[in-house]
Amino acid sequence: MSEKRSAWDIVQTARDPKRITSQYIIRHVFTDFMEMHGDKLFADDAAVIGGVGFLGDIPVTVVGQEKGVDLRDKVKRNFGCSNPEGYRKSLRLMRQAEKFHRPVICIVDTQGAFCGIGAEERGVAESIARNLMELSRLKTPVLSLFIGEGGSGGAIALAVADKRAMLENALYSILSPEGFSSILWKDSSRAAEAAELMRMTASEIQEMGLIDDVIPEPEGGAQAEDGGKFAAEIKKYLIRNVNELMVEPIGSLLEKRYAKLRSFGQNAVVTK
Amino acid sequence: MGLFSKKRKDITLRVYRTNQQAQMPAEEPEQIPEPLVAHDEEQVEGMWEKCPECGSVIYTDDLIANLNVCTNCSYHFRLSARQRIMYTADEGTFVETNADMIGTNPLDFPGYDSKIRKIRGYTNEKEAVVTGACQIGGEPAVLAVMDGFFMMGSMGAAVGEKITLAIEQAVREKLPFIAFTVSGGARMQEGLISLMQMSKTSAALTKLDEAGLPYFAVLTDPTTGGVTASFAMLGDVTIAEPNATIGFAGRRVIEQTVKQTLPPTFQTAEFQLEKGFVDMIVPRGALKETLAKLLKLHKGGAAK
Repeated sequence: MSEKRSAWDIVQTARDPKRITSQYIIRHVFTDFMEMHGDKLFADDAAVIGGVGFLGDIPVTVVGQEKGVDLRDKVKRNFGCSNPEGYRKSLRLMRQAEKFHRPVICIVDTQGAFCGIGAEERGVAESIARNLMELSRLKTPVLSLFIGEGGSGGAIALAVADKRAMLENALYSILSPEGFSSILWKDSSRAAEAAELMRMTASEIQEMGLIDDVIPEPEGGAQAEDGGKFAAEIKKYLIRNVNELMVEPIGSLLEKRYAKLRSFGQNAVVTK
Repeated sequence: MGLFSKKRKDITLRVYRTNQQAQMPAEEPEQIPEPLVAHDEEQVEGMWEKCPECGSVIYTDDLIANLNVCTNCSYHFRLSARQRIMYTADEGTFVETNADMIGTNPLDFPGYDSKIRKIRGYTNEKEAVVTGACQIGGEPAVLAVMDGFFMMGSMGAAVGEKITLAIEQAVREKLPFIAFTVSGGARMQEGLISLMQMSKTSAALTKLDEAGLPYFAVLTDPTTGGVTASFAMLGDVTIAEPNATIGFAGRRVIEQTVKQTLPPTFQTAEFQLEKGFVDMIVPRGALKETLAKLLKLHKGGAAK
C-alpha cells in the first residue's frame, strides 16, 4: 500500500471490525501461550490478555490489549477499554518477566482507558502513572507493538519500551479524532479534519521520531481471517528485534531507554 | 496570617473569577478567564469578591489576607503559580529556573501561536509551569508549580521539559522535589508530543526515587487527565487541597459513558482520600507548615 492515503482512511482501516487483534497475534505468533489472569488486587480485566509463551525458542511475556472479535467477546473485553486492573495485571506480569529475565512484548490496541465510575474509584490514573514509572526502569527488554488504535494514556501505559513499532495502519494519538474535534471545536463531526491535523498515523509518528519502526501491512490492511499469513511477518520482526535487545547488557539497555524517553519533545521547546 | 497580610512587592497578586471554570472537563477553556483585578495589589483595595461556593461577598483585602480562601465557607479560590509560590516559599528564597523556556508549534496547529501569545500577554507567564528552588520553613526544595490560568495548566513539551529539568535539578543538588499540580491534562494542540511528557516526567521520577530523595505532590483544583495519570500520582506523599477536583477522565465524559449523573462528591479530594489515593487533605492555611514538617521528616531516617 504505497499510495498516499488520508489520515481518515487509515483511521477507518485501524477500526475495521475484521482487523487483527491481540488474540490473532497470540494465536499465530507465539507457541505454548499460557494466559495468566488477574492483578492479584481486585479483579481480572479481560480488556488485557497477559501470559507467557514462546517467540520462536525465546520464552517471553505477552501483554496485549484486546478489543474482542465478535459482539459477545467485545462486551466481555469492554471493547478494549481497560479498567485499572488491566494496567495492574500488566505491571504484575512485567515484573514477573523481569524476575525470570524474559523479554516483554506489549500489544497496544485501545481507544483509551475506560471512562467509568469504578475506574476512577480504583485509581485508573494511578495505575497508568505507576506503569509509566516502573516500565521505564524494568530490568528486561520491552517491545511495544501498536496494531490498531493507540489512544491516549490507555495506550502509553503499555508503550514505555526499548523498541516501539507500529503496523502501517495503526494509530497513536492523544485522544480519538472525534474527541479531539469535540474538545477543540465543540464539534465531533469534524473528526476527519482533526485526524489530518493530529498526525496520528504510523508514518507521521515515525517522522516525529516518536516510534522506531513501521511494519508494512498487506493490501487492504491486516485482516484476522488470513490464516496467520501476516503473523509470519510480525513474528520475523519480533524475533529479530527481541534478539537484538537481548544481547544488550541491561545497564546500557536501560540507559538507552531512558535517553529516548528523556528526548521526547525536546525538539519542541526553545529558550527565548 | 500575619506573614501574608503585609504587602510584598516582589510578587504581583491577582484574583480571578474562578466559578466560571468550576468544572473543567477538557483541556480547553470555553473562554480565557479575565482577571477580576489588575496585576497590582494597590488596585485591589476597596474591591469585593464573591465566593463561587457560598455566594458571600468578601472584601478582597480580607480574601488575600486569608490566602484566597473564603472567609465564610473556606472555599479555596484558584491561585496562579506566583501566588502559590508566594504562599509556599520563604520570602526572597525562590530562584526561578528555565523561566524563558517555551514550546513551539510542533503540529503547525492553526491558531495555536496567536492563542498562546495572547495568553502570555494576559497571564504574564511564558508557560503553564513555574520551576525553581526555594526554602520552605528553612528547608531547601525544588518546586514545580503549575498555573491553571495558562491554557488550563495543560502539559505540552515545554511544561514536561521544565518539570523534568526541575526533577533533574533536585537529583543533582540532592534536594527534595515538590510539585503543585493543576491541569486539564495533555495539551491538545501539541498532539502526541504532549502525551510523551507523561512518560518523560514519570521516568525522571525514577532517578529521584533511586537517589532516595523525597517527592511530595500537592494536588490542587483541578488536577485531571494526563497529569493525574503521570507525575501527580507518583508522590512519596500525596497532598490535596480541600474540595479540589482530582481525577482522570472528565466528569462529562464519564456521565456520557455510563449514562448516569455523578454525585457532586465524585472526583473530589475527599473522594480520593476515601478511595486511598491521597495521603492527606491539607487546607491552604496549613500547607506551608505541613510541607516544612514533611521536609524535615524526610531528611533521612536513623534506621540502618
